[in-house]
Amino acid sequence: MSTITFAQATLDAMTEEMARDERVFVMGEDIARQGGIFGQFKGLADRFGTGRVMDTPISETAIVGACIGSALAGMRPVADMHFADFIGVCFDEVLNQMAKIYYMFGGQKSIPMVLRAPDGLVNQAAAQHSQSLEAFFLHIPGLKVVAPSNPADAKGLLKSAIRDDNPVIYFEHKALFSTKGEVPDGDHLVPIGRANVVRKGSDVTLVSYSMTMNHCVKAAEILAGEGIDVELIDLRTISPLDVGTILESVARTTRLVIAHEAVKQGGVGAELAAIVAEEAIDCLDAPIVRVGAPFTPVPFARPLERAYRVTPEKIAEAVRSVM
Amino acid sequence: MCAKAARGGEGTSPSKYGKELLAGFYRTMTTIRHFEQTVEKCFLEGEIPGFVHLYIGEEAVAAGVMANLRDSDYIQSTHRGHGHAIAKGADLKRMMAEIFGKSTGSCKGKGGSMHIADFGVGMLGANGVVGGGFTIATGAALAHKMQGTDGVAVAFFGDGASNRGTFHEAANMAAAWGLPVIFVCENNKWASTTPYRTTTSVDHIADRAAGYGMPGVVVDGNDVFAVYEGARSLVERARRGEGPALLECKTYRIKGHFVGDPEKYRTKEEVRKVFEETDPIPRFESAVVKARALTRKELDAIDGEAREAVRLALEFARTSPEPEESALFEGLYV
Repeated sequence: MSTITFAQATLDAMTEEMARDERVFVMGEDIARQGGIFGQFKGLADRFGTGRVMDTPISETAIVGACIGSALAGMRPVADMHFADFIGVCFDEVLNQMAKIYYMFGGQKSIPMVLRAPDGLVNQAAAQHSQSLEAFFLHIPGLKVVAPSNPADAKGLLKSAIRDDNPVIYFEHKALFSTKGEVPDGDHLVPIGRANVVRKGSDVTLVSYSMTMNHCVKAAEILAGEGIDVELIDLRTISPLDVGTILESVARTTRLVIAHEAVKQGGVGAELAAIVAEEAIDCLDAPIVRVGAPFTPVPFARPLERAYRVTPEKIAEAVRSVM
Repeated sequence: MCAKAARGGEGTSPSKYGKELLAGFYRTMTTIRHFEQTVEKCFLEGEIPGFVHLYIGEEAVAAGVMANLRDSDYIQSTHRGHGHAIAKGADLKRMMAEIFGKSTGSCKGKGGSMHIADFGVGMLGANGVVGGGFTIATGAALAHKMQGTDGVAVAFFGDGASNRGTFHEAANMAAAWGLPVIFVCENNKWASTTPYRTTTSVDHIADRAAGYGMPGVVVDGNDVFAVYEGARSLVERARRGEGPALLECKTYRIKGHFVGDPEKYRTKEEVRKVFEETDPIPRFESAVVKARALTRKELDAIDGEAREAVRLALEFARTSPEPEESALFEGLYV
């Protein structure tokens, strides 16, 4: 075990996978010379050269398209989106090319590609640099979507994503980059498609992922002081969802709260709530409650952003409402 | 002052080429023509579902460009892609079966006409999104460069697609990185139902190449020799590591945008006149016969073989089974 930042954990994952497989390379804006805007690529070009760590033009469409093309020709590309918000620029390449090619061409060639997408609220970056967009991609067959909440998962999921033969979108919360945590030494892999029961509990199931998972941990501590025993599940993977782990938990706790930073309407929580309602409504002793952002763009001013944020207090309040 | 694209490939005599190359041009063009005529007929009779976009009249472009490529070179095709696939060497039977939506199709019936791919011969796929192929071909060229081969990638696109932002991003990236990609514009004068000059700022798409610091060459796209020569110099250049280029092939879309297009935007007379005057196949026939490079008899033999190959492909498609419903869930993830 070593205690490192989330950014360092992603860098270790990149370094190990690039050393392991010469087909792996990465391209994006400001990653080679500058080392990434969050330091997540620092020194990578020194180690592997600018032929494998490539500064691109500001051309998100060409970045994703070229990565797809290189994957079709035998490479295993990693594309950095700078900010997850900019996937909007290259949505066709994600929706109609990257997600479709394997199925649409009858399985002739898969796209072993990772799209790294730094998302979420940080430093009051406002409407176009703060979003959590994972729900869009939960809706697209052919993609895998992961969202680590801590440095160990950041490393393990990124390594698994790079080794996966399918296109994977890797959401990495910008506020997490500087956070520290223990990461197992050696070849640490976290399987895609499996949720993690972080805390066993008997009264209520609380499901989350990414940055909000850390708020849930705090909420569970607050609630423990009030005698509410929370079972905490970190989804880790948004698509494919680990439905089994959720259903098994809800069957025991009979209560479900889902929390995420993304807009509540049409979010991951909506899908999970619908699945549990379809599969296990007889198990429930209370309505399913979702905690998410209000249905507005991310605002700039401090009081507005504060009102927008999902916090441990808001999550704790939602849990109390189902007890 | 606008830098004008070079014109290339004119005045070439067929007699300078070997018989094998000439026969190859003809086989490719006639195979495409028979294939497309068959597809049109079967679509109109209700045998083929979905949408089909025919390549009739543009055969010289695919034949001329692809004669410069190897199996290990890549192409990105378009919604009007049957001709590209055939010229690149895709299997006719599996192509036709795909267009019929059969389980034996090149994409197991998952793609259809707009999504034919044949990775075995470097055909990285047709693309239902106009302008979707520029960046993908650029990436395939990048892979060639990273892998240290002298392979190239070709992105086919139409005059309509030249107005997509993807063109700009791919052209700039390819030129900035010196990638071995050739952007081949099939300027067939029609962007779906819109005459291209009403929505495009330049007469020649190839003029735009200067803006990216790459060569732009205009050729008569209905003259297979002109296309071949134009593509040859640009492909060789790319193989030598001298970077991307743009080849514009002036042609004309003889058929509607799709089969069934009522074509209210032009007259039948206009189309008939253009076809009579510029159809690349009779032009090739008279040129080679006049130059005594191939005889009528030799041409007829090739044409007969092409016709038979298409007949067999049709029979294969018709007699192949449709996919089982269970195939719906197959091949979504590896």
